[in-house]
Amino acid sequence: MKNRQHLGHHIAHSEKGLANRFGYLGLVLAAFALMLLGKADVLVMERVRTTVSDAVSPVLDVLSRPVATLDRLVDQATVLSVLNDENIRLRAEIQLLLEWQSAARKLSAENKQLKNLLNLAPGTEPGFISGRVIADSGGAFVHSILVAAGRRGGVAKGQAVITGDGLVGRVHGVGSRASRVLLITDLNSRIPVVIEATRTRAILAGDNSDRPRLIHMPPGASASVGDRIVTSGHGGAFLPGIPVGVVVRTGDGGIMVKPYVHRDRLEFVRVVDYGLQGILDASLAVNKGPARPPGHPR
Amino acid sequence: MKLTFWQRLDLIMRGITPFFLTLMLVVLGQVPLHIPGFAEVAPLLPLMAVYHWAIYRPDLLPAFSVFFAGLLQDALSGMPFGVNAAVFVTVHMAVMSQQVFFTGRSFMIIWLGFCVVAAGATMLMWVLTSIFFSTFSSPEAVFVQYLVSVGGFPLLAWLQVRWQQSVLAQV
Repeated sequence: MKNRQHLGHHIAHSEKGLANRFGYLGLVLAAFALMLLGKADVLVMERVRTTVSDAVSPVLDVLSRPVATLDRLVDQATVLSVLNDENIRLRAEIQLLLEWQSAARKLSAENKQLKNLLNLAPGTEPGFISGRVIADSGGAFVHSILVAAGRRGGVAKGQAVITGDGLVGRVHGVGSRASRVLLITDLNSRIPVVIEATRTRAILAGDNSDRPRLIHMPPGASASVGDRIVTSGHGGAFLPGIPVGVVVRTGDGGIMVKPYVHRDRLEFVRVVDYGLQGILDASLAVNKGPARPPGHPR
Repeated sequence: MKLTFWQRLDLIMRGITPFFLTLMLVVLGQVPLHIPGFAEVAPLLPLMAVYHWAIYRPDLLPAFSVFFAGLLQDALSGMPFGVNAAVFVTVHMAVMSQQVFFTGRSFMIIWLGFCVVAAGATMLMWVLTSIFFSTFSSPEAVFVQYLVSVGGFPLLAWLQVRWQQSVLAQV
């Protein structure tokens, strides 16, 4: 009797184990099915992703604020401790920049005259949409951030995302109030760039490390350490001339670029929008000087 | 003794906290911390939760909740859908199959177990994303992320044990 009970218990146990195993198998298969579906139909998965991001974005927005405030406080404390040195450094920098400003004014005037002489067709003036960074998807596998600006603000897929320092990445998915931005360091990021000094074209390819590489250089072309890399504007996704980074290593491992934008310092970003013409008056911006750059976060 | 409606509701609410804590860790993992170099190697917080609850209270965080947490992680982090879901479910399965081994072990053994499980999980994630994107992701960052996760485990494990002893004591 006892044996039979024991046997019954054993059978029940193994049945449960079997059911469990089938449950696991089903879930793992479902996960793989999702991966396949994501590979086959990018649009559907992208829509699901943006819906989820949209739903969670208010929570993330609230959570990201105290962290940002804390970060600012730490920053202020650090600045206070080196205020004197900073002052001296900044004075020197102002001197240098004033010289650059006069040079830039001269060149700008000259450029305008030359354009008039050539009767050059003016390019489109882009507009900006500014947004807070509400999520930095931590992890070694994907480099992307969520920005609290979406379709309602006029963000569209493919637009360039920049800060005052340079290029951040491009808009990858757009929800109604949040958008996902693929950083230039991401594995899937390919940005058409030129080496500023030599005008050599290349593609900046991310590999999930913090140093993207230059690929597809023309045969015989080379880059040297210290070269500035800017967007080329090819492909139509980006404005030409957005600063991207500086070459820090050349050699067997490829040409490595250190981006100007620090991922950890991202708090507000600007989404560059070709579509919003006429909002920004270029001549106004030049006359008023550098007091408040266009599209500055409110 | 028959439980009143409110007592039962209380038990149910306590019982679902591990699931919601895990979801919260998924969301918390996305908050930008503005620490230089940290974002690339941020610890796998939800993985720690999955491991912990699979050892101590698998009844409160069953495989399908783990699957759901993985999907949320995929959606928010921008990883291909299904990668984290597959990894979390596999971790749950691996821990459950070793239930006898983990029962009543000291914290050092549990931590050591996490070292092994997290290594397997990170490898699996790396292989799956590499296959999905058909290109290799930088292994250095993945390795550092693994080390940060293993290093951060005791803190979260302690918090979860405290939670288990206080909120989940009667559940």
